[in-house]
Amino acid sequence: MGAQLRLLRRRIRSVKSTAKITRAQELIASSRIIKAQQRMEAAVPYEREITRAVSAVLSNSSDVDHLLTVAKERPASAGVLIVTSDRGFAGGFNANVLREAEALGGHLRGRGLEVRPFVVGRKGIGWHRFRGREMSGEWSGFSDNPLYAHAKEIGDALVGSFSDDNGIDEIHVVYTEFVSMLTQQVQVKRVLPLEVEETTEQPPGGPLPYYEFEPTAGEVLNQLLPRYIESRIYNALLQSAASEHASRRRAMKSATDNANELIRTFTQQMNQARQAEITQEISEIVGGANALADASAGKE
Amino acid sequence: MAKLRIGVVSPEREIWSGEADMVIAKTVDGEIGIMPNHAPVLGVLVEGGVLRVKRGDGDDIVAAVHGGFISVADNDVSVLAESAELGSEVDVAAARDALQRALSSVEADGDDSEAQAEAKRARARLRAAGQEV
Repeated sequence: MGAQLRLLRRRIRSVKSTAKITRAQELIASSRIIKAQQRMEAAVPYEREITRAVSAVLSNSSDVDHLLTVAKERPASAGVLIVTSDRGFAGGFNANVLREAEALGGHLRGRGLEVRPFVVGRKGIGWHRFRGREMSGEWSGFSDNPLYAHAKEIGDALVGSFSDDNGIDEIHVVYTEFVSMLTQQVQVKRVLPLEVEETTEQPPGGPLPYYEFEPTAGEVLNQLLPRYIESRIYNALLQSAASEHASRRRAMKSATDNANELIRTFTQQMNQARQAEITQEISEIVGGANALADASAGKE
Repeated sequence: MAKLRIGVVSPEREIWSGEADMVIAKTVDGEIGIMPNHAPVLGVLVEGGVLRVKRGDGDDIVAAVHGGFISVADNDVSVLAESAELGSEVDVAAARDALQRALSSVEADGDDSEAQAEAKRARARLRAAGQEV
């Protein structure tokens, strides 16, 4: 067998096995998107209710002066929660998040703030370690299937650092929003301090009634705000998980398509090479036979 | 008589929703019973409390609710629990096990607040399942 032919066979074999892997990854990702979407939907009622409860307390007590809602006059440092994935194979998913986080960091530094990254996901952690940047917090191991307990852990760390005098004065979150199967968008949001909007607009579902609080409005707010922050973080984690699966599916689909295209080209080249080899062999045989015939004709 | 519309939700899922005549929950100030046309209330629930939903036809719902809030307005009752479990869903054997373990760690170290909270949770789960603790 010709050397070229052998080489092509080997390449086709290797591309085929790559295609098998990427195809499997694609199928796994598509089944996980659905699960992730269901989890996002399951979290909606709680988010709606807690948002309503927070607005109820804030609209009822005229003097909202809670630690978590008041912006410090001279903010010195800002925490940035960056939500990345644990595994790669997801196209530009992590690169996009980290790029936005960098842009936000530059913007914050421009305002004279010190930026302290809190990173979720092995990829983001690796990115920061490689650049020798210090992280104020890191969590990994749950990016594709986050639980509320994880959000609580992160929320505790962030709120704790926020309440600390030497801690951070602002908290921003960078995550990927799951818009649809095909569109995912990196979002940058400020979580703390909460923005209290003075509005004359009616909230959805009619005006909020005048609540009684058990035990007091201040105490309720103390309990409510951390839960609200956790719920926002949980939402970001869920969105990011769904987006991760969606972009992995897309990346793996194009990798599979690409591999199939390569296999097709290589097969054509291989057939050509084999045909050329056969043609050459035939002409060699014919040439040899002719030479023999000529030689024996010369003897007679 | 008007009925209460009730939703019990945790961050990860909606636990139960439906109509009922009365809700009894335990806030940090004490037990609170809510009947239709109750004034708007927003209360903080205790860790390891039991929530009772009376539906009139003897088909009461009991749930173990760990932390969170109850908000009442316009006959809408929302219970926002950090985690919650219906009495019918409780794995009694596992809850007893958890209670035993928590109690033995409390005995070993009286200041172990985590174990104490864990014991409270296990008790609430058992009570919600209708077990004597």
